[in-house]
Amino acid sequence: MQTELLKDLQDARRNKRQVVVATYLNSGEQSLLFPFETKEKSDLLEAARTALIGDKSSQTEIEGEPVFFNIFNPELRLFIVGAVHIAQNLVPMAVAAGYEVTVIDPRRSFGSEFRFPGVTLDNRWPDEFLADADADRRTAIVTLTHDAKLDDPALQHALRSEAFYIGALGSTRTREKRHQRLTREGFTEDDFKRIHGPIGLDIGAKSPAEIAISIIAEITAVLRKKLS
Amino acid sequence: MTETSTALPEEDVLQQALNWKQDGKDVALATVVSTWGSAPRPAGSQLAIDETGNMSGSVSGGCVESAVIQEALDIMQSGESKLLEFGVSNDEAWEVGLACGGKIKVYVEKLN
Repeated sequence: MQTELLKDLQDARRNKRQVVVATYLNSGEQSLLFPFETKEKSDLLEAARTALIGDKSSQTEIEGEPVFFNIFNPELRLFIVGAVHIAQNLVPMAVAAGYEVTVIDPRRSFGSEFRFPGVTLDNRWPDEFLADADADRRTAIVTLTHDAKLDDPALQHALRSEAFYIGALGSTRTREKRHQRLTREGFTEDDFKRIHGPIGLDIGAKSPAEIAISIIAEITAVLRKKLS
Repeated sequence: MTETSTALPEEDVLQQALNWKQDGKDVALATVVSTWGSAPRPAGSQLAIDETGNMSGSVSGGCVESAVIQEALDIMQSGESKLLEFGVSNDEAWEVGLACGGKIKVYVEKLN
């Protein structure tokens, strides 16, 4: 490997870009691929894209040559809007599943170190936070406040991002009202369909911990392409 | 490690390799490229080795590392990349905490 290529790789990883090192195992020829940042099409890019989506480094034949794709996906992130009871249960589960978690709530009595010891908290309004946070293809966003003043701006930002999962707590009735508000704001049917709600897999969850389980299960299913 | 920002894990194998290289050392990089059976570490796992035999990371959780280091030291001299194949026997697999054996291919290259 060329030192320059390694430096470029490290820069790309620091900038949370999805990058692949492709190595032709017979010739030793290597290149960095950014399959989500180009419109170009080739078997090489397609294989790299598949490896990134599958989150798995793997070897494939390209034009009869064995090529190894070493993938570097940025860390999974979860933004939880609403430092509510469900969030207290969801945080440790998400951390265990490998997510870098941030809890966002401008209401300081909710989003307090006392209620969320050791958790990254942000007391800005969700839209201010999301404007800075650069939610990418490896980010999940959930809104849990039940309060349109907090949830809606977050959802609007989420819908303009590439976040792989967006979920909003609330009953079917709440969801219908949210649908109307977002439509008024100019969001399309397809946009609205990106929001999972009522949030979580239907496992009959009742307690905050059970609801957290259903949410992390749904996020996992979407991440691993069992659900769209 | 002053340049490493918060975006990379503290013990980053590739950053270690780069740091050694920038300190003027010869460095080799070993990468698991394929596995069969219950190989201890998945494809993409990496081990960095410097010219004095220091290592960072792992390709197998201990059973083939010493053989990889030997090859890596040779490759630092020759500059020729190599694809190594190891069978992890049931006994060795047991040692690294696995119930059955596996096979791995490891690509070893010099950092130029």
